[in-house]
Amino acid sequence: MTHLIVAFVLLNAIILVVAYITLLERKFAARMQSRIGPYYVGWPHGWLQPIADALKLMLKEDVVPTLSDRWVYNLAPLVFLLPCMLIFATIPFAPGLGLADLNIGVLFFLAVSALEIVGLFMGGWGSNNKYALLSAMRAVNQIISYDLPFIFAALVPVVLAGSMQMSAIVVAQQGLFGWFVFYPGIGQLAFLAYVIATIAAENRVPFDILEAESELVAGFRVEYSGMKFALIQLGEYAHLVGTSFLGALLFLGGWLGPGPTWLGPLWFLLKAVLVFLLVTWVRWSFVRIRVDQILAISWKLLLPATVILLLATGFVVAAGFGRGA
Amino acid sequence: MSGYLPVVMFAALILAFGVVSLAVARLLRPSRPDSVKLMNYECGAEPIGSAWVQFPAGFYLVALVFILFDTLAVFLFPWALILRSAGMTAFWVVAAFVGIVGLGWLYAYREGVLEWK
Repeated sequence: MTHLIVAFVLLNAIILVVAYITLLERKFAARMQSRIGPYYVGWPHGWLQPIADALKLMLKEDVVPTLSDRWVYNLAPLVFLLPCMLIFATIPFAPGLGLADLNIGVLFFLAVSALEIVGLFMGGWGSNNKYALLSAMRAVNQIISYDLPFIFAALVPVVLAGSMQMSAIVVAQQGLFGWFVFYPGIGQLAFLAYVIATIAAENRVPFDILEAESELVAGFRVEYSGMKFALIQLGEYAHLVGTSFLGALLFLGGWLGPGPTWLGPLWFLLKAVLVFLLVTWVRWSFVRIRVDQILAISWKLLLPATVILLLATGFVVAAGFGRGA
Repeated sequence: MSGYLPVVMFAALILAFGVVSLAVARLLRPSRPDSVKLMNYECGAEPIGSAWVQFPAGFYLVALVFILFDTLAVFLFPWALILRSAGMTAFWVVAAFVGIVGLGWLYAYREGVLEWK
């Protein structure tokens, strides 16, 4: 029963954080472009904008194209939402504060997070729309290209900590400059690879060829409207926020920070928001790159680089130069 | 396996949230379909044929290389856990293994599999 309550609280917390992180992104993007962004809904500074958006989408008509594959089309938002939110299951937000601190936490996260492509492809295929189908094919291509650098970059902290349990990884980063991002050489490179792979895996600019407003309109979700569209958007942002949390946990020390223990979850949230803002900063600074460049960056640069980096980390740990576990 | 019970509950709650929000939206939203509205979107013109046609998926060879490296990743997970206790032996064994996989990568590179055509 307690598990059910914790799961319920976690679900609502995720939805709240995701809703307000969209507002943060819009404000941040507006600042970068010398605009104000959402302002009038919930004056001042649009504090009620996410809620207004959700209500509006709920009241919108739901259009199912006649030519679509109805079952696949209607199930896709749910299939997409499930893995995108399930990745939060193993993240501990403070010592003992989390749903399930599995001993294979990182593996669980990586495995579930890659499943989002199933729902995405269902949406693209079920729509029977050429833009949607092309977008889904591009998404599959991109996922298989960037999942590997993502896995190998995330494995570096696992090697350093000697555990896949997320709480153990945080505990291993205690002390002054103990965060793995401060680990000389290895930490910075791994964090850089992690952020690049995150941007690509989340299909954000400059890796957003599957969305590409100017050519594919909105990509795989072009036929979706109303609440189904809202669920897809929610899933997409939840996935990005979850990946930011994992990055903060693996490299930035999770809940560790000065002050009393109850500040832990707030530190963790702050660090995750920092990772999110890093990704957003890149998004609003660069232009989209071509599909051949996307493939080349992954297979010819990022993949060999992360494998070599992982081997180097393994050498350091096996030779006993690493910190004690 | 009892540690996985909360995860299953969480998954069920997520699905319940999705179904309930869709159901609530169904009660609240208008529904006035007509044949033009239900047409597939193709920039306003009438769609030409179905999207389900045969076309070359240019990256199927890349997908094979992906499976190669995914297998490598499967072996690296347990390796990452025991490295500290197993020491240099474990490191050299996996380094040789990565070297063999790396030869496969080099072959794919030379054959031009990693190029976009």
